[in-house]
Amino acid sequence: MGLLYGLIAVGLALIFGLMDVTNFAHGEFLMIAMYLSFFLFAFFAIDPLLSAPLVAAALFIFGAVVYLLLVRFAMRAKANAGMVQIFTTFGLAIVMRGLAQYFFTPDYRSIPQSWLGGKTISVGGIFLPEPQLVGALVSIAAFAGLYFFIHRTDFGRAIEATREDPGAVALVGIDKNRVFAFGWGLGAALVGLAGAIMAVFFYIYPDVGASFALIAYVTVALGGFGSVFGAFAGGIIVGLVEAVTALVLPPSLKSVGIYSVYLLVVFIRPRGLFGSM
Amino acid sequence: MDKDFAVRRRRDLIIAAALAAIAALTPLFVKDVVVQNILILTLMYAGLSQSWNILSGYCGQISLGHALYFGLGAYTTELLFTKFGVLPWFGMLAGGVVSALIAMGLGYPFFRLRGHYFVIATIVIAEIGLLLFHNWEWAGAAMGITIPIRGDSWLKFQFLRTKLPYFYFALALCCLAWFVTWWLENSKWGFWWRAVKDNPEAAESLGVDVFNSKMGAAAVSAFLVAVGGSFYAQFVSYIDPESVMGFQFSLLMALPAVLGGIGTLWGPVLGAAILIPLTELTRFKFGGSGRGVDLIVYGTLIVLISLALPRGLLSLFSRPKKTGAAR
Repeated sequence: MGLLYGLIAVGLALIFGLMDVTNFAHGEFLMIAMYLSFFLFAFFAIDPLLSAPLVAAALFIFGAVVYLLLVRFAMRAKANAGMVQIFTTFGLAIVMRGLAQYFFTPDYRSIPQSWLGGKTISVGGIFLPEPQLVGALVSIAAFAGLYFFIHRTDFGRAIEATREDPGAVALVGIDKNRVFAFGWGLGAALVGLAGAIMAVFFYIYPDVGASFALIAYVTVALGGFGSVFGAFAGGIIVGLVEAVTALVLPPSLKSVGIYSVYLLVVFIRPRGLFGSM
Repeated sequence: MDKDFAVRRRRDLIIAAALAAIAALTPLFVKDVVVQNILILTLMYAGLSQSWNILSGYCGQISLGHALYFGLGAYTTELLFTKFGVLPWFGMLAGGVVSALIAMGLGYPFFRLRGHYFVIATIVIAEIGLLLFHNWEWAGAAMGITIPIRGDSWLKFQFLRTKLPYFYFALALCCLAWFVTWWLENSKWGFWWRAVKDNPEAAESLGVDVFNSKMGAAAVSAFLVAVGGSFYAQFVSYIDPESVMGFQFSLLMALPAVLGGIGTLWGPVLGAAILIPLTELTRFKFGGSGRGVDLIVYGTLIVLISLALPRGLLSLFSRPKKTGAAR
């Protein structure tokens, strides 16, 4: 679970780290991904595991479009830039939730029979639910891929460079908007991947994003803004804390553990564990 | 400049008095209960947003966790009332004091945080409060508290047959929050807050007590919001954790100020006057379908307004030469 939190959070951290914009619709991106995965299964009987790349690709386009149509303009605001970005993405979240209710109805849905659903696997005597295990493996693979992409390819370097100094980048002929749109697409694709896997073992409903969004922000902040690695580490910590809290406190209080750990960490290190901003 | 400022302040006070007088007369013409309800909520949120604006707008410490103080006000009042028979008027005061003290207690660690870390911490602490109340048996846990109905009474601040007393209390709360803001704007505190917001390091070096001015703003802000929470509890006469401490209250306090003009005297009032009727009407018109049309309309408006008017609606009225007024 922690690795999936990590995957959701990495998407958020990427967008934040790249251009200092918090995407308050991140949970809704997740929700859309889960619905996509559900409908691909319901109508075309494509197993969520196979459709995950499709969902990620669709979310990539969606993220880039959101940037080009909306966020690009929010970033131009001369006054109160932070507030404008918060409320633009927040308004988007509300609209997406409303649209989901309108088209998909508020009913809870789930994917009944997928390849992985409900199965467990025994590793050295410990029984692990298969979907979560696959989720963890996909998360690690995605993170490794992202790391390689950012540090080893030209486009990844362009992203890093744009983050460091958008002005200088323009001088060497890199189109800032294209890089940002790509960053948003990539961030959305990562959360899309997480959503596709989570669709197997979570109920899908229009408000599902909200319950994960706050945890994602906490995860990113815990790891420290501006650090993609931090988000991943934050995800693992959050997952562990959640599991431990579930053992000692009633289930309804399990998030209290996560939140308390966040507060504790930032009181000691006001910039998170690995943060630079 | 100084003279201009004094003139503007006197003008603000006259406009406020005139608006309050007009508002006080509206119940004479508006008999429809649904509309009265909307008016009461509008006034309440105007007051809440004005209080939120003190900490988040003037002092620049953006809090998205004010639902905590709202809920604490509501719970303190109703727990004192139902368990110990303390009248809501005293409960209201107690709720305000409790909230202010908690705000200051939290301020010690919280005000070391900056930017997003601070915002997330405020969301998280309100969420922890919500979960704790959810599991607190003595305070009704998830079932909440139903306030016993004992007939119309000013003493118990409870009215069944008429909404007018609630209306006038909401108006009074709104006026109080406005007046406190107006008064503080020109006090030592007001100038400190703006200095802290613009550049805390520079303010510190010029002798502003940054930490204590944040604490002062937090206490005033939390106190007023808690009084609003007490009022709301009496008004709806039933509370549970979600309905008084949910995240939506934090947002509904922030949104009017942001839409109207954050850190301005009139922003919250203007924002609430537009946003709350809009929220209620879209909910009333489209909400019944259960298909989220109200959310779509509401969300679209938030996006459009924040994109088109980054300084808030108030910027439409301010003339460019008055640079000081736009702050």
